[in-house]
Parts: sequence; structure tokens; C-alpha cells
Amino acid sequence: MSDTLSGGPAAGSPGEPVVTQVAGAVLPAAAATPPARRRGDFLHYALHNPKLVFGVSFELLFVLAAIFGPLISPHGTAEFFLPHQPPSAQHWMGTDYFGHDVFAQLASGLRLSYLVGALGALCAALVGMTLGFAAGYRGGLLDDVLQMITNIMVMIPSLVLLVVIGAYLKTRGVLFEGVFIGLTTWPWVARAVRAQTFTLRSREFVDLARLSGRRATSIVVRDIAPNMASYLFLVIILLFGSAMLLAASYDFLGLGPTSGISLGTMMNQSMLWSALQLKIWWWFVPPGLVLTGMVAALLIANVGLDEVFNPRLREQ
Amino acid sequence: MRRYLTRKLITYVLAFFVGATIDWGIPHLMPGNPVQLYLSKFQLQPGGYAALYKTMSEAFGTSLPLWDQYLHFWSGLVRGDLGVSIYEFPSRVTTLVLDAIPYTLALLVPAIVLSYVLGNRLGAAAARRKSLDNTVLPAGYVLQAVPYPWLALALPYLLGEIWHVFPLSGPYDQTLLPALSWTFISSLLYHWFLPFLTVFLVSLGGWAIGMRNLVIYELENDSSRYMRALGARERLVRRYAYRSASLPQLSGLALALGVVIGGNIVTEIAFHYPGLGLLIYNAIEDEDYFLLQGIFIFIVIGVLLANFIIDLVYISVDPRTRLSMQGASS
Repeated sequence: MSDTLSGGPAAGSPGEPVVTQVAGAVLPAAAATPPARRRGDFLHYALHNPKLVFGVSFELLFVLAAIFGPLISPHGTAEFFLPHQPPSAQHWMGTDYFGHDVFAQLASGLRLSYLVGALGALCAALVGMTLGFAAGYRGGLLDDVLQMITNIMVMIPSLVLLVVIGAYLKTRGVLFEGVFIGLTTWPWVARAVRAQTFTLRSREFVDLARLSGRRATSIVVRDIAPNMASYLFLVIILLFGSAMLLAASYDFLGLGPTSGISLGTMMNQSMLWSALQLKIWWWFVPPGLVLTGMVAALLIANVGLDEVFNPRLREQ
Repeated sequence: MRRYLTRKLITYVLAFFVGATIDWGIPHLMPGNPVQLYLSKFQLQPGGYAALYKTMSEAFGTSLPLWDQYLHFWSGLVRGDLGVSIYEFPSRVTTLVLDAIPYTLALLVPAIVLSYVLGNRLGAAAARRKSLDNTVLPAGYVLQAVPYPWLALALPYLLGEIWHVFPLSGPYDQTLLPALSWTFISSLLYHWFLPFLTVFLVSLGGWAIGMRNLVIYELENDSSRYMRALGARERLVRRYAYRSASLPQLSGLALALGVVIGGNIVTEIAFHYPGLGLLIYNAIEDEDYFLLQGIFIFIVIGVLLANFIIDLVYISVDPRTRLSMQGASS
């Protein structure tokens, strides 16, 4: 009973409850299609799925901006100009309260956001999948213990934890922020992966692999994981988006990296130096708008991918 | 059922224990100790530093062995004594936190409940209805992708600074004194609306999209097909689909709590709304570790309580849990 209650297809994630869409039901598709036909089908549906095409191309724009933005920006982040100038030909997004070029800050913030997002997603995926596979495949006592740990982790509010830790760390880097985000967002991944592994564990091909005397890790890596590869991929995309959003919140509170400019610190600075009252909208609107675009493109691509992987979701 | 509840209870107790231990442990395991950190803010002569360090260490008990400090922490916690705040010096941490909690709850509870209920309704309505889906879905993605701090800046800028519809910040009009009068209460509500809207809007999209996808799966389910084959009207099929889809959404609610609470903290800070979030911010600014620890404990308790409530709702919604409570096997 407790399986259906606490570990059943887990819905929601700390960042976005959207996970329901994948968590609930990827399963039937994951194991159904024979691999040979799948690749061709995949490309066909991928290229004909408007959501996926739109999301990926939109996201690519931002990635290109992150790569080339700092290179084409005529000014550096540390240079000073006339303070609060509205956007002009010279300063594409104006200058802030101190006279820094907003576009230069935005471009370097984009890079930092992607970096933290990738770090956080990788860490969370690594921890969540390891624990999820272990709990789901082994079952028994290990499962009970791991589930207990997961359930406890869910209930420790990560932002407040970061506040308490951050208060004692005088310097924090990008690495710290990314790893911290990873180490606090894995629980829903572990739950979802565990639930999926649980249903795959009793399939014939897994039994067969077990009979042939292969080791548990090899069975998980070569038989179970490939059968939920599409699902794992979606999970990583969602983690990526939520890690970027979380990082923005942390940076906004002044808990982010102590050096460097991120999208969150731009919003933090604009709040601290009353950009609202001074009507310097070009200081805080771009970073939030860009982040929204980055994450929304990821989410849309994610749903598109879900439809590609999963025939039952396709538009009728 | 009983097994389920005892398991849950053990998890709660353990989570509280772990939370409290982390809360106590971080300041003690971090390099440097609170007294050193506190004293480093003043420019003291070496002799004065040594004397002050000794007195302060004794006053705060940091010279005791660690296990002794840990026990002291627990006995204080059980008595509800979380120490004295540095940020507002003579006040006790407990009173500061209790003063802030009503504001936080006033934002959080309506935002969570309303976004959950409304989001689910919207999502269910959008599922498999092209015209509605085409508006709900994109709007949902955008809302879900909006960072809390940005909405908490953009909304007051647009509605407060430019259009002057709502106030920019604060819990109530600066010229008013708290009283049980209509003017004060209306001012409270007037100032409450924008921060509430921020927390509400960000959560709304996620629930709508989640519900939409779950209902689509349910509508394609064999049980739904069977019902249609039996000649059930589409409304009835949808109602059943909605019910089954509510279960994963409900367990998703428990998972989303942490993020909503984090978002609430961000929102309070942006709006200068005097809840726990603003208190945290002030505590960080003033390096008030006792206050930080106290708030952490209170938030952990809050999350545990909320999880417990969700568990109870789950039991009342999911008939399978009740069945096994009466002794049927699961």
C-alpha cells in the first residue's frame, strides 16, 4: 500500500509540478516500441512536433546569446558610464544606477545561469538516479531506508537551509551554488526513478538478465535504464530549468556566488538601489524576461519531447 | 493503513530531528564559531578581545563540550526557548517569529490553496479541448518559467509605480496604526493583494499543466474507454478522470511546498512584507544567527504540519487507503 501512496508515480517537483506530465505515464511508451523502428519514428515525430521545434530553436537562441553575447558586447561588465541611461545605440539596454552597461551584465549573467543550471541538474540527476535505482531495484530494507531519507529531505526547506549555511560561508562560488541546488533537488527524481524501476524490475527481460548471473549494476545500467531513457532525459531537462530558477531566487537574496554577475544578482541590485522608484525598468526587466524565456523554451521543448516519446499524448 | 500512518509519523519525527540537528550543527561545524564571528564585527584591542571572547563564550555556552551544547539546544527547543535576537536586541526569537508568522501564512495559505484548486480546474478543462488548450498551455508554461523575484519586481512596477493601482510595498499604510477598524483592515487587504498575486501566479501554471496532462492520460485510459463503451456521458468520464488525476497532483503538492515557501520568502523581501521572509533577510543582514536558527525550526515545523494535513486529505480522497484501514489487503 505504501508504494502507491508515497512512492507511486510521483507528481510534481520542487521546482515545477509539471513533472506530473511525465511522471504519471511515460511508462507505457518507454517499453512498448521496438528499438529498430524507433529511431526513424523518433526523427519524424521530432521534426513534425511544433512544440519541440519551437522550444529547441528558441532555446538555441539563448544559448547562442550566452556564447556570443559577451563577445559582441561593446562594453565590459566592470566599465563605468553615465548612470541610469535608458537604452540607446551606445548602450543597448541602458546603464544601471552605477553606470554599468546592462547588456554586458545580461550577457555574462546568461552564461552563469546556464552554468549553475547544468551543474545543479547534473548533481541532482546523479544523486536522484543512483538512489532511485538502488531503492527500486533492491527493494527491501535498503528501499525503506532510502525512502525515509528521501522523505526527510523533501521536508527540509532548501532555501532556508542555504540561508543558514550561507550565513557562515563568507565566499561562495558558482560550484557551491550548483552543487547545493543539486543536493537539495534530487528527492523527487529519486522517487520517480524508484517508482519506474519498481515496475520494470519484474519484467521478463530483467528476470532473464538476473538468471544469466549478471551483476545488479550491470542489469540496471544495461537493461533497466535504457528502458526509461526517454524519461530520464525529460527529468534532466526539468531539473535544468528548475535549477536556473532556484539560482535566480538565491542570487536575489544575496546568497549566490560572491563574485560575478548573474541574472539574479542583477534583480537583487535593482531592488536594493530602488530601480522601481527611479523607474530604471531596463535594469530589472531584461534579466527576468530572459530567464523566463530560457526556462519556458525548455519546458515547451520538454512537453514536445514527451509527445514524441509517448504516442498517447500526441495531438489528436 | 496503520502501517502507513506509523511510517509517516516516524518520518515526521525523524525529519524534525534531522532538521533540528542540522539547524544546530551548521553553526557548530562551520569554521570559526558564532562568538568569533560576532566579535570580528567590532574593532577591539587584543586584550579586550580575549576578555570579551571569554565572557561571551561563557554567556552563550560555546565553551561547553559539544554534546552538552547539543543537549542544551534540545532542552531549550522543547521549552520553546530559542534565545535572544541580536537584530532586535532584547526581543526573544520566539516572539519575533510569532509576530511574523501571521503575515507569512496570510500570503502562503490562500496562494497555495487557490492556485492548486484553480490550476487543477483550468488544467482539467483544457485537456482535450483544443480551443482552451491553446491558451491555457502557453500561459501555463510562461507562468511556470517566471522567476519569483522578477514577478515580485515587475508586478509592483507596473501596477504600483506606473499605474498607481496598488501600493509598492509594506503590510499596511504607513500612516495607520494597527487597529480593528475598517480602514486598517482594508489597507491590510490592499497591501496584501500584490504579494499574494505573485505567489499565486507562479504556482498556477504548474498545476494547470500537470492536471491537463494527467487528465489526458486518464481519458485515454482503459477505464475511461470502458465507461464510454458502456454509454457513459463524457461529463461523467471526465469527472472520474479528474478524480484519479487528483491523486498524483496531491502528492505533488507536498513536494512543491518547499519551493513555494522559498518563493514566498523572495516575494516578502521584494515587497517588504513583514513575514518570516523579511525576518530572514534582516537576520542575514545583521548576522543574527539565533534568529536564523529559530526561523529555520519554525519553517521545518510548518512544512511538517502541512505535509501531515496533505496526508490526511490524501487518506480521505483515496478510497484505497481507507479500504486497507478496515482490514482489507492492499
